Amino acid sequence: MKVLETKNLVSGYGETDILHDVSIELKEKEIVSIIGPNGAGKSTLLKTIFGLLRPRGGVVELIGAEVTGLSPDRIVRKGMSYVPQVDNVFPSLTIQENLEMGAFIRTDDYGDKLEEVYELFPLLQERKNDKVGKLSGGQRQMIAMGRALMLDPRVLLLDEPSASLAPILVGMIFEKIIDINKTGVAIMVVEQNARETLKISDRGYVLAMGRKVFEDTGKAILENKEVGKLYLGG
Amino acid sequence: MVELIVYGIVLGAIIALGSIGLTLVYGIVRFANFAHGDLMTAGAYVALFLVTGLSAWLGIPDTTFGSLSFGWRMALAFPIAMLCVAGVSILLDRILYRPLRAKRSHPVIMAMSALGAAFIVRMIVLILWGADYRFYRPGVMRPAILLPLGVKIRPDQILLLLVVFSLVILLYLFLQRSKMGKAMRATADNMELARVSGIDTERVIIWTWGIGGALAGAGGILYGIDVQLHGGMGFNLLLPMFAATILGGIGNVYGALVGGLVMGIAQQVSTAYLLPTYKPAVAFIVMILILLIRPQGIFGGGRS
Amino acid sequence: MEIGGIIAYLVSLAIMAGIFAVFALGLNIQCGYTGLVNFGIAGFFCVGAYVSAMITTPMPTGLYAQYVKQLFGFNLPFVIGLLGAALVCGIIAYLIGYPTLRLREDYLAIATIGIAETLRLVFNNEHWLANGPRGLMGLPQPLHWLVEPRHYNYIYLVIVSVVMVVIYIAIERVIRSPWGRVLRAIREDEYSSAMSGKDIFSFKMQSLIFGSMIMGVGGALYAHYTKAISPDVFTPLYGTFIIWVMLMAGGSGNNKGAVVGAFVVWFIWTLAKFLTDFLPYALKARAPYIRFLIIMILLEVILIYRPQGLMGEEKRVSKMMD
Repeated sequence: MKVLETKNLVSGYGETDILHDVSIELKEKEIVSIIGPNGAGKSTLLKTIFGLLRPRGGVVELIGAEVTGLSPDRIVRKGMSYVPQVDNVFPSLTIQENLEMGAFIRTDDYGDKLEEVYELFPLLQERKNDKVGKLSGGQRQMIAMGRALMLDPRVLLLDEPSASLAPILVGMIFEKIIDINKTGVAIMVVEQNARETLKISDRGYVLAMGRKVFEDTGKAILENKEVGKLYLGG
Repeated sequence: MVELIVYGIVLGAIIALGSIGLTLVYGIVRFANFAHGDLMTAGAYVALFLVTGLSAWLGIPDTTFGSLSFGWRMALAFPIAMLCVAGVSILLDRILYRPLRAKRSHPVIMAMSALGAAFIVRMIVLILWGADYRFYRPGVMRPAILLPLGVKIRPDQILLLLVVFSLVILLYLFLQRSKMGKAMRATADNMELARVSGIDTERVIIWTWGIGGALAGAGGILYGIDVQLHGGMGFNLLLPMFAATILGGIGNVYGALVGGLVMGIAQQVSTAYLLPTYKPAVAFIVMILILLIRPQGIFGGGRS
Repeated sequence: MEIGGIIAYLVSLAIMAGIFAVFALGLNIQCGYTGLVNFGIAGFFCVGAYVSAMITTPMPTGLYAQYVKQLFGFNLPFVIGLLGAALVCGIIAYLIGYPTLRLREDYLAIATIGIAETLRLVFNNEHWLANGPRGLMGLPQPLHWLVEPRHYNYIYLVIVSVVMVVIYIAIERVIRSPWGRVLRAIREDEYSSAMSGKDIFSFKMQSLIFGSMIMGVGGALYAHYTKAISPDVFTPLYGTFIIWVMLMAGGSGNNKGAVVGAFVVWFIWTLAKFLTDFLPYALKARAPYIRFLIIMILLEVILIYRPQGLMGEEKRVSKMMD
């Protein structure tokens, strides 16, 4: 079953279109990666799906309902969460408060969910009363993902989770992505780090110049020499 | 001199109520609210109406609490006037500023709109109450208490400090403990991330204007009790309020509190050397010095 | 009123509108072309008026000196007064720009409110400077020997018009130069990669000084028209706010708009004065507030519904036409 689908999505900034007719889909329990060179429109795609940019054409469907053009605070109520690439934590709040903000719209008791997130990222529980501003990039990324999980989303969008992380942390973050996926969350991840991402992905899309140029299973894309040469840097 | 410092703390506490609201709004909405001083004026006059007009009509006795210069009438008028100013503040945002924000208007337009709002509020006050100086209780003798070091202080002023202190504690608890308070801090950090997290940032903005307005209203009433009421009273406090906000680091609530006290003391102490009418100029000079030496404010954290 | 009276009245109206147009042109350089928020026009208005007054009057002597005190009195011609007013305003603009122009727009706005207030307080309280709250009187009027005093306004209208047109042409030329293009780029935050922070600061400073010097000239024109000045004229409402409304109504970033806005708003302002004369007696004392309230509501409506003003910005007008 498809949980997320875009049909002929067009979007951009100012007077220029960046995305042209992009149609992609994400099925239940999948990890799908979106890769491609710098400036291909990968982040623009996620922002448009999540309502941070208004699409100029096309449709976004989430769990069978159209959400095209809805604002982020509406979309988040419909079962999808998003982790931006940069500025993805509240620096003057504590770790615990950051997670609570993720659950802002919940009116029920979310103590269990908080425990679950702390189990996933034990490091966060140790320092839960620390201000986030002082923490390292890897820890911030964990907080950002934890915040996004607080609403029990069916779909999670990740924008370059490994960007600007030390190599040793990259592996850890990808492991966490797999762990999150195992709890039943379908994940769409945009990455520069294409090879590592494709290894954990069920399927992948290659974006270039704002267009979808290739799609296949993660394994097949990795093995495709031409795609490798053109888009994955040799 | 000690006496001037004590009076400075009293004036500073009033300024701080204004600058806290100013800094909250600046931190969250990224908007320099030039109408903030005139919201204080509005608060003072709404309370005047409640104390001298409505209360008399309702038959609330015009007695005073002990050696204070006011009684039940003011005790009731104070919170009601705060709520009224909160409402005015929210209305100004909904009617005037929000349409401009939605259109992403140039900062010049935003600033102009706020200055216009300041004058609209003041003109309404002047049309309704005129330009004469007014008092909540005309002709009341104000006995002073003698403190050590020859400091004379009126009972009103002691209560004023207690009121400001309690309001700041309440605000602290609200920001640290309540869900909306935390959402306000989160929104000040990063509005886009707040929206992504599902926080209804429009509601946060309404709360911000409401709290800012209520505190300004309180400040205006306290100034009216301590000094007097006049149509230009709030505008005269605008410069020290902005100076305090910058001094404390823009967006920093506790910095604004300290900044307010510093500005109050600086203004009162200056009267030992300068004419009292120069108080706004003193605030201006201090502000220029801050901008030259440390434009991010003493407590940093400021977003410029 | 017979026809001569009406014409005389219109002339006096046009003189004031022309003086305000000079201010609006000065503000247009700062705000319209560079995006600087100067909320302290009243301060430059005040300084321009006082400086020119003191340059053109002689130092009081004899008995008169006991009642009127002023820092200096040079008894020089009107033109020197205008230039002196511009010069001093330029210096003040530099002093206020230096600490604020590197920071966000709001800082200049706040600081200019402060300088205007401070200058007004200084002129009001320091009697040795320019006679304190009583102000200066009997300022000379240029070319007054040409006609009878009651017809003098015609001469002054010509003088104001000439000054206004010279300033208008000067700004038009400057704004179409590469320098003017840089200013507009700064307003729109479109810095070219070749520009350093220092360059931007310097361009903003030049714009602030240029505009303020023109405001100084406006202040001087006002002083010699009314022949008497005192600090209570230069309040934020009368000295700053009206001029902003004029520029916004006419069209920020458009010199024609600045001039048209000045005339239109001044006529509306005067008309409102007539209308408030019909108010019941009880309200009459508060008529000025009602007038200001109307003007301000007008401004807010313009800002929300027609921020480009009557004339719009020139560039955009041409775009709408094709």
